[in-house]
Amino acid sequence: MSHHVLLIEDEPNIMEAIRFFLSRDGWKVSCHSDGATAVSEVNRITPDVVVLDVMLPNRSGFDVLKELRAAPDTRDLPVLMLTAKGQTKDRERAEQLGSSGFMTKPFSNAEVLEKLRSMVGHA
Amino acid sequence: MFAFDILIEVCIGYVVLLFLVAYVADRRARQGKIGWLRSPLVYTLSLSIYCTAWTFYGAVGYAARSGIEFLCIYLGPSLVMIGWWWGLRKLVRIGRMQRITSIADLISSRYGKSAMLGGLVTLLAVIATTPYIALQLQSVTLSFGVFAAASPSDWPVQSQHATAIWVAVGLAVFTIVFGTRNLDANERHHGVVMAIAVEALVKLAALLAVGAFVVWGIADGPREIIQRINESPIAMAPNQSSRWLALIFLSGAAFLCLPRMFQVLVVENDDEHHLSTASWAFPLYLALLNLFVLPIAAMGLAVLPQGSNPDLFVLTLPLSQGQNSLAMLVFLGGFSSATSMVIVASIALSTMVSNHVVMPLWLSIRRQGATVSGDVREVVLMSRRLSISAVLGLGYVYYRFSGGGEALASIGLVSFAGVVQVLPALVGGVFWRGATRVGAALGVSVGFVVWLYVMFLPSFGPDVLLSARMMLEGPLGIGWLRPQALFGLHDVDPLVHALLWSMAFNTTAFCIGSLLSFPNPLERVQGAQFVNVFDYTASHRGWSRSNVDAEDLLIMAQRILGPSEAQALFQAAADAQGKQGYLPEITPDFIDSFERVLAGSVGAATAHAMIGQMTSGSALSVEDLMAVADETAQIMEYSSQLEAQSQELSRTAGQLRDANEKLTALSVQKDAFLSQISHELRTPMTSIRAFSEILMLGDALDAEEKAKYSKIIHDEALRLTRLLDALLDLNVLEHGHVTIEQERAVLRDVIDRAVFATSAVSADRVFTIDRNEAREAVQIYTDLDRLSQVFINLIANARKYCDAPRPRLTIRVVRVDGGLAVDFVDNGSGIPAESQSLIFEKFSRLSDQSAAGGAGLGLAISREIMTKLGGSVTYLPGQGGAAFRVILPKLPMERAA
Repeated sequence: MSHHVLLIEDEPNIMEAIRFFLSRDGWKVSCHSDGATAVSEVNRITPDVVVLDVMLPNRSGFDVLKELRAAPDTRDLPVLMLTAKGQTKDRERAEQLGSSGFMTKPFSNAEVLEKLRSMVGHA
Repeated sequence: MFAFDILIEVCIGYVVLLFLVAYVADRRARQGKIGWLRSPLVYTLSLSIYCTAWTFYGAVGYAARSGIEFLCIYLGPSLVMIGWWWGLRKLVRIGRMQRITSIADLISSRYGKSAMLGGLVTLLAVIATTPYIALQLQSVTLSFGVFAAASPSDWPVQSQHATAIWVAVGLAVFTIVFGTRNLDANERHHGVVMAIAVEALVKLAALLAVGAFVVWGIADGPREIIQRINESPIAMAPNQSSRWLALIFLSGAAFLCLPRMFQVLVVENDDEHHLSTASWAFPLYLALLNLFVLPIAAMGLAVLPQGSNPDLFVLTLPLSQGQNSLAMLVFLGGFSSATSMVIVASIALSTMVSNHVVMPLWLSIRRQGATVSGDVREVVLMSRRLSISAVLGLGYVYYRFSGGGEALASIGLVSFAGVVQVLPALVGGVFWRGATRVGAALGVSVGFVVWLYVMFLPSFGPDVLLSARMMLEGPLGIGWLRPQALFGLHDVDPLVHALLWSMAFNTTAFCIGSLLSFPNPLERVQGAQFVNVFDYTASHRGWSRSNVDAEDLLIMAQRILGPSEAQALFQAAADAQGKQGYLPEITPDFIDSFERVLAGSVGAATAHAMIGQMTSGSALSVEDLMAVADETAQIMEYSSQLEAQSQELSRTAGQLRDANEKLTALSVQKDAFLSQISHELRTPMTSIRAFSEILMLGDALDAEEKAKYSKIIHDEALRLTRLLDALLDLNVLEHGHVTIEQERAVLRDVIDRAVFATSAVSADRVFTIDRNEAREAVQIYTDLDRLSQVFINLIANARKYCDAPRPRLTIRVVRVDGGLAVDFVDNGSGIPAESQSLIFEKFSRLSDQSAAGGAGLGLAISREIMTKLGGSVTYLPGQGGAAFRVILPKLPMERAA
């Protein structure tokens, strides 16, 4: 069965690239670009894994993660954080908030894929 | 002819009358009813103690021997009173302010409250005054003798010496009773002064009565008198102008320096204004007193048998005419003259002896706690009483010793010459700030020694104190040291000789001593106060705040001033300070005024020493105080330096803190900026890398996908380039030297260019631009590329971000403040008020939508450009949509206008 991934990313080109190589790998991909509605989108779609950008319009990815971790339904949902700022403190923040993975842009497509696979227990 | 016992009875009656006058006056003064006691006439009459028995009897004798020369003795004081009243006023003011008790006190106080000088002047005064007192005793005795000689044989033969003793004892008792009632010598002796005023009237009345009797009773009126005078030896007396000048000077100076004169002139003065009355009334009194001197002398020489003592003409003339009552009045007049002088002189001398000899000795003997233990008041009073007795005793001894042989007048002159040795120190002290203690001491002692040698000792006659041989040939046969012909000066009158040498040595020593020595601080303080007494109203600050107990001071005050007066003084001071209770706070001011009150009782030097012992256990010298003050000043200066330094430090610290905050803020800004740049760079790179990797997969992509992804890579690469360009541009604008190439152009053309350049932005939307090209037809002069860059940024922003369904941009040219502006207003929802201040910051793009393709640097760059061009770009609130105003740089001619 195919895993369902939700991409929360405001940069259209980046979203397109991720969507492309995940779909090609057989993932079911949903896309969302707004921070404010991200949590309800997660609850609505109930994906197996979430790719979450930090710099989102209207609401930061950290806040989204925090809310996800606070709710029982999404407490254990695998979340991969992506950030373009690339600073250590962002990584620490993400780990502290309970992200399942953290990757800095620009990333290697293969690494993202590998990470997501391991996060959903896919060999 | 009276019986001797009647004479005695009259005498005693007269003395009882004086006692009564003094008693009543004292009581009235004590009850505060001073009233007429304080009349300037009483003051003037009290000055008449200048005219002693020497005047009363001696003036006629003097005239009979030397003609009108006697007048010089009265001319001197008259000149002083008339011509130098302002100098007297200064003395009186000083006396009041410093609570001076005697001339010795004045000198001591002026020269740094020197106990040594006080003692020296006291010694001089005692030695010089003793013959004078003896002279008074002699005159009273002589006048008794006249009655005794003229009396029937049944009169008991009284020993002259016994008479003199009785007179001396009686005077001592009177003086002790009325002169030492109050301890504060500065407090006026109203009783004594009143008695003296009465005696002055008796003197005057007696002389005028004798004169009138002589002129109209013996002679036939003024005409005969003048004839008699012209025929008598009086008219033939030699005219020695140098001697006259010397006499005028001597008597004027003595008038100031005689202890008794100082007593009535300064110490007993109630009011400075009395001087102005006395300045004419006293010379008038002297004139009246001397009015009949020549007639009496001339008639005495004519009427009385050859060999009669001219010094007794005043008494013997009425007696010879059987005028017993008149003779009795004359006797009383002479008695008055003698007693008033002796009383005041002994009060003055006893004050000096007690304050400047006894008290310092007593203090030094009982150094430990002297001021607190023992009853000082009793000691002072006792020392005064003993001093009075001693002074009178000395006068008697001198009288016995000298045998009463000399003519009265010459004894008086010897005395005068002695006391005027104080004159240079006195006048110099009051008018010359440079006068010093050393100078004063040298002057007084040198003058004193010269006077002793050339005048006092020889006055006893050969072989009494100086051998006849020494007087004739000089000591050890050195001729130029002969006492009466010093340095070979022998053709001069002995008086002129003595006065000349003593005053010359005295003044020279005083001046040289003063010039060569350095005054101590207290001398300088006192000198300034004396010389500038009219400028000084405030007292000097002699005492530092000390830890002396008010109670201790009160105990001391009680012992000196008496309990009631001391308590009143402290109570008044406490009231003045607004303090409850009877003890004032011991402030330096209080100690200072307290010292003055004490000085009124025991003299300045003693009071200073006493308070010094009280306040610090030992006499506190002004040097100590100055040292303390210096130290304090240094500490204060040091602490103010420290304060300044610490202010400097805290200022520097503040500057450092500010700078640090600025750096921190800058660092935060830099971090934020780097973070932003990182984000802006990584985002396109992410796309590029991701799609590159996708393209590298190769085979799996169809042609359409390949083309699409290649274009994304291309676009993102361009975006990166734009971003780098913008960053570099901003960096140059912010930090570099931007070359601005100014050209003339029409504004419309620049706007045209910008509109055209942005036509590709969001070209998929219908976008309307409203312009008024007619208004755009204005000349501008600036860097056209830069200005159009700003316009392009604003138009592009509108195209990208205007969220109206039918986006529309209005470009209008407006005049503002005499300059030109271009407004760019769109019809979108505009920029929220809270963000309006942020939009010109770097990377402040309000949305993260990269669809617009900007890096968030456009407005920041535009602002930099307009600043560089000399204009501005600002957000224009309240226009509905987003609105920006570009104020154009002024044209050169507009700038000039």
